[in-house]
Amino acid sequence: MSQVVDDDMHVDNTGGDLVAAGVSKQYGGVSALSNVSIRLEPGKIHALIGENGAGKSTLGKIIAGVISPDEGSVTLGGKALSLRSPRDAIAHGIVTIAQELTVVPSLSVAANVFLGSESSLGSVIRRGEMLRRYQEVVAMAGFDLPADALVGTLSTADKQKVEVMRALSRKASVVIMDEPSAALSTNEISALHGIIRQLAQRGVAIVLISHFLSEVLELADTITTLRDGHLIATQPSSECNEQSLIEGMLGRVQTAAYPVKSLVDDSAPLLLHVEHLSAPQVNDCSLSVRSGEILGIAGLVGSGRSELVRAIFRDAPLRGGSVVLNGVPLPQRSPRRSIRAGMAYIPESRKELGLLMGRSIRENVGLSRLHALSRWTWITRRRERDAVQEQVDATTVKSASLSQVVRSLSGGNQQKLLFARTLMCGPQLLICDEPTRGVDVGSKRAIYDLLAQKAQEGMGIIVVSSELEEILGLCHRVVVMRHGRISAELQGDDVNEQAILAAAFADPAGR
Amino acid sequence: MNKQFWPPLLRIPPDDKKEHTMNATEPARLDQPASRNALAMVRVPQFLRSWRTTGILIPFVVLFAFLCLKSAPFHSTHNLINILNQQASTLCIAAACTLVLVAGGIDLSVGATYGLASVVGGELAMHHSAGIAMAAALGVGLLVGVINGLIVTVVKISPLITTLAMSFVVSGVALKVTQGNLISLPPSGAFYLLANMHFLKVPSGVWLTGALVVILALLLSRTTIGRYVVAAGGNAEAARLAGVRVNSIKLMTYVLSGFAAGIGGCIDLSRLSSAEASSGGNTLAFTVLAAVVVGGTSIAGGEGSVWRSTIGVLFVALIGNGFILLSINPLYQQIVLGGILLLAVGLDSWFRYRAQ
Repeated sequence: MSQVVDDDMHVDNTGGDLVAAGVSKQYGGVSALSNVSIRLEPGKIHALIGENGAGKSTLGKIIAGVISPDEGSVTLGGKALSLRSPRDAIAHGIVTIAQELTVVPSLSVAANVFLGSESSLGSVIRRGEMLRRYQEVVAMAGFDLPADALVGTLSTADKQKVEVMRALSRKASVVIMDEPSAALSTNEISALHGIIRQLAQRGVAIVLISHFLSEVLELADTITTLRDGHLIATQPSSECNEQSLIEGMLGRVQTAAYPVKSLVDDSAPLLLHVEHLSAPQVNDCSLSVRSGEILGIAGLVGSGRSELVRAIFRDAPLRGGSVVLNGVPLPQRSPRRSIRAGMAYIPESRKELGLLMGRSIRENVGLSRLHALSRWTWITRRRERDAVQEQVDATTVKSASLSQVVRSLSGGNQQKLLFARTLMCGPQLLICDEPTRGVDVGSKRAIYDLLAQKAQEGMGIIVVSSELEEILGLCHRVVVMRHGRISAELQGDDVNEQAILAAAFADPAGR
Repeated sequence: MNKQFWPPLLRIPPDDKKEHTMNATEPARLDQPASRNALAMVRVPQFLRSWRTTGILIPFVVLFAFLCLKSAPFHSTHNLINILNQQASTLCIAAACTLVLVAGGIDLSVGATYGLASVVGGELAMHHSAGIAMAAALGVGLLVGVINGLIVTVVKISPLITTLAMSFVVSGVALKVTQGNLISLPPSGAFYLLANMHFLKVPSGVWLTGALVVILALLLSRTTIGRYVVAAGGNAEAARLAGVRVNSIKLMTYVLSGFAAGIGGCIDLSRLSSAEASSGGNTLAFTVLAAVVVGGTSIAGGEGSVWRSTIGVLFVALIGNGFILLSINPLYQQIVLGGILLLAVGLDSWFRYRAQ
């Protein structure tokens, strides 16, 4: 079987089953994967699920040839597969679409799709030829993007489409998708699902790594559950339901996914008053939050949700309107003042905007509150340690010591650290943007419990989320955004999936 | 491979920039089955930390021991104190430059600032009191630091370009001040005494340097300001959202490095009783940068320590001293230094690559 990918002539890899047999992998004496076997069939969608650290991504990487197993073998169509590089894997028709996208922002869509396999004469790129091939890929994909648009200007969903097109252009026979929908909004997700199904219909074997059980149940033909590096079960998805999958992942029965909502007293004081706020991508938004209330902000990705909360946190230039916290107006752009005034903000991307990945838990958690843990700028080590430990315990972070480097923690624990940092400041209003993105099921529940508990203690909370379920399960009141404006405010019995979706897709009057 | 002999930079990269294929942090997550992995979890960061330290400390000790064995004059008190005395200004500047680097910046103007401070101090010391001369020299250093810091934080020009351009400007000003002449002071008087008094056989310039280095080391490692410096360099955006005044912190690091260049200029002016506009210059700036990087401070920010930079400076100085004492052609000294620097950065990249 020839598996050479020529620049212009792609050989179709209908490679047969990809089988990983008894693979194990250790990292520094810690077993990430032990004796796991799976079989991927062409045209089938095979989901890998498990908590963070269960070994899903490790298994995905072994299949993709990014890392080689310590024990066991990987075979494609009966032939042993030993891959030395991503390029080698691509030549075998194995393509990974990662959680963090690997597109070049400064290149056009077409250039990204054919990155590494450009049509060229010598090293001069043949533009016409490339555009022709691009049209072929568009026809295959069933969706279109302007070929010469710069990828940096596209939305996350469109960037993902670029990756899918890249996979198609390489005539992939195995596509590994690691959390493909984590950064997408509802309508983009359904589009993605269509694409995944279409890929499968073309005979591509798909590995779907996902935290979203509903997505897994909807898409997958087969579901493999991993826990602590062990294979728990491989079953047809028709035999599974969410409850059974969660039990398999956790090894125990999970009770209700959301804590009981506390009641909000209508006479509770108003904490936050936002009036006619306008900022970049935010137009004339007014809202308020009471003490003890959890306000959800829903809407599609790109509807201005994140921009709105960043403007409320006063990290955006104001074009109009006002933000008043507890009677104190916050006119200036200064996150620092907002924190001092009693606001706290947990950004949507903990790696880029939240944590110092290479530093210790102690340094990360204490950062916003150092002035209170020091005397004349001299850090009182004991006081710092005690204060950090207290928050780490309160937010149920699992770690060996406070000097552990944050990068070595799981996504769930990293997210909890952000909560620990903000809660250390004792805020009256907590804004969290996507509080459970890339977080495992167990940590999710811990974060929900924490939010519910803080609300009960009188904290006002704003939750921005792409997960409708999360909004429905947590929030007392929901504001829905559309095109930078608030298109609906829902309360009590009005809060339901249909109403939120309707408002998110609504054509606002006057447009 | 005896990893401990690899000198510099064996440190954790400040941030995993891009995980090319998948969620690469997954295998390293040791916290899931808490009890089973608890031990491994403790060990990894501490091991790496000591590794980073030993990365510079062990080569230094080995080189020191080697020179002691090979050359009798080397370990005479006189020679050792002499090395410290010669390196005093470099040590001051390297300590402050460490803070600039940790905060995610770079300062290539320190050599020129050192030169300007020493000639300004020299011109004034000829006709005015030592106090005025010193105040002016330090003031010049501070001024250059403030200008650097404002351009970097307010105008937002890359620190590399800003400080490179400033180094030309400052050198030019220094030439203008001296009209190209050598300034020579009498080896007596208050200014002379600044670096040439002896206490426990050690000249006051070295004591002064020691004090500055200790203050800066404590500032970086034990104070809130130091934490903010690390945060600003490690992830500026995250630090800002956590309420850190990132711009003020960055500005402060440039002011400190300008100030330290001023002190360095004063010490050498006093020690040598002469000053020249062209002393220091880019050679000094790059020597300092090399020593700091060899000491394991990240060129990308967010990681570094003053005392390791100090060892870096002394390591480079020992190589120079060794070449002279063992009468090896000093031509090779630069080649060796360049090689060590490449080795340092190369190993760093290699480990960073492997960590992904």
